Amino acid sequence: MSLLLKGERLALVRGGRLLFEGLDLGLGAGEAVHVVGPNGSGKSSLIRLVAGLLRPSAGRIERADAALADEGLALDRELPLGRALSFWNAPQLGAAMAAFALDGLAGVPVRLLSTGQAKRARLARVMASGARLWLLDEPLNGLDRAGATALNAAIAEHRQQGGAVLAASHLPLGGEWRELELGG
Amino acid sequence: MIGRLITREVRRGLSGGAWLPIAFFLLVATIVPFAVGPDARLLSRIGGGALWIAALTAALLPVERLVEPDRADGLLDQLALSGTAEEAVGAAKIIGHWLTFGPLLLLAAVPGSFLVGLDSPALARSLLSLAIGTPALAALAVMVASLTAGLPRAGALAGLLMMPLAVPLVIFGAAATGDSESAALKLEAAVALFLVAGSPFVTGAAIRAART
Repeated sequence: MSLLLKGERLALVRGGRLLFEGLDLGLGAGEAVHVVGPNGSGKSSLIRLVAGLLRPSAGRIERADAALADEGLALDRELPLGRALSFWNAPQLGAAMAAFALDGLAGVPVRLLSTGQAKRARLARVMASGARLWLLDEPLNGLDRAGATALNAAIAEHRQQGGAVLAASHLPLGGEWRELELGG
Repeated sequence: MIGRLITREVRRGLSGGAWLPIAFFLLVATIVPFAVGPDARLLSRIGGGALWIAALTAALLPVERLVEPDRADGLLDQLALSGTAEEAVGAAKIIGHWLTFGPLLLLAAVPGSFLVGLDSPALARSLLSLAIGTPALAALAVMVASLTAGLPRAGALAGLLMMPLAVPLVIFGAAATGDSESAALKLEAAVALFLVAGSPFVTGAAIRAART
């Protein structure tokens, strides 16, 4: 079975501080890893490293096509939500908007969305991309209970279809996760 | 993705105050006769250079909205994940920015040249010189915007960075408005080509460097 994500002996130094070293990471189809650790232990940096936005200080990393949900919304504020999302490669836009209960908001300008709606929109952007590897940085932040349920359902479906998820979160996520502890 | 990015730049430029640099350009051109006096001969001699100073200062105005908002919103990161090279992002931004800056500035240069007392042949030379120069000004603006993105007081810093970089362009550009026989126009074109060709690479490197 081929891996969707494979990292070997990864090390990352940021701002003169060693965040982690000798980290081996493997994610196959249907697998999910929950990165845990105290604040500042490098959870977000690991996500950005896997995304290719940071270079590892040592080690090698290979991955399949990935989609990232982090702090940045990356949607044009003046556009209606539907058009803003379709700026990105979004082969599964309809399903993603339905999954996160955004259908009714397709015509609403992004700048008028509430915090929670914007958080759901960034997750919908990930789901709509059709990428096999999802990288989620604190995906539960700002979500209400319905939003969290929708996220867990979306992750379960994604894994069933052979996708993989790497998530950093200080909150518990639904379903079966392999834990990866950083720092401490 | 590149096409979509250019369309987006144009849309955001037009809705985000593309007229501001143009109004600024015309205002500077209006100030010149007040500052140097109404002597028509003196005005027509310095008019071409004055237009270039107006164009350069106008090109500085949009710098802060070119790259920083996209970096802060994570758009540049998402573009990287979608497999778009940072250099391509830079090139698309230059093209998109020029489309909302260059043609409008050339249009404004017509009344602008009358404000600084240029006659029709001088107007034609100025338009040609500015037509060659505006892509370079747009490229410089995007490059400087990417170099200063995320820094405090980026606006002031961008001015300090952009003015010296534009010196060769202004020298040959302004010279080309005066004398049609000289080689200034060709040299201006060479400088402009150099800036337009080099800027996407500087922009790409700056975007990547801003992540670490």
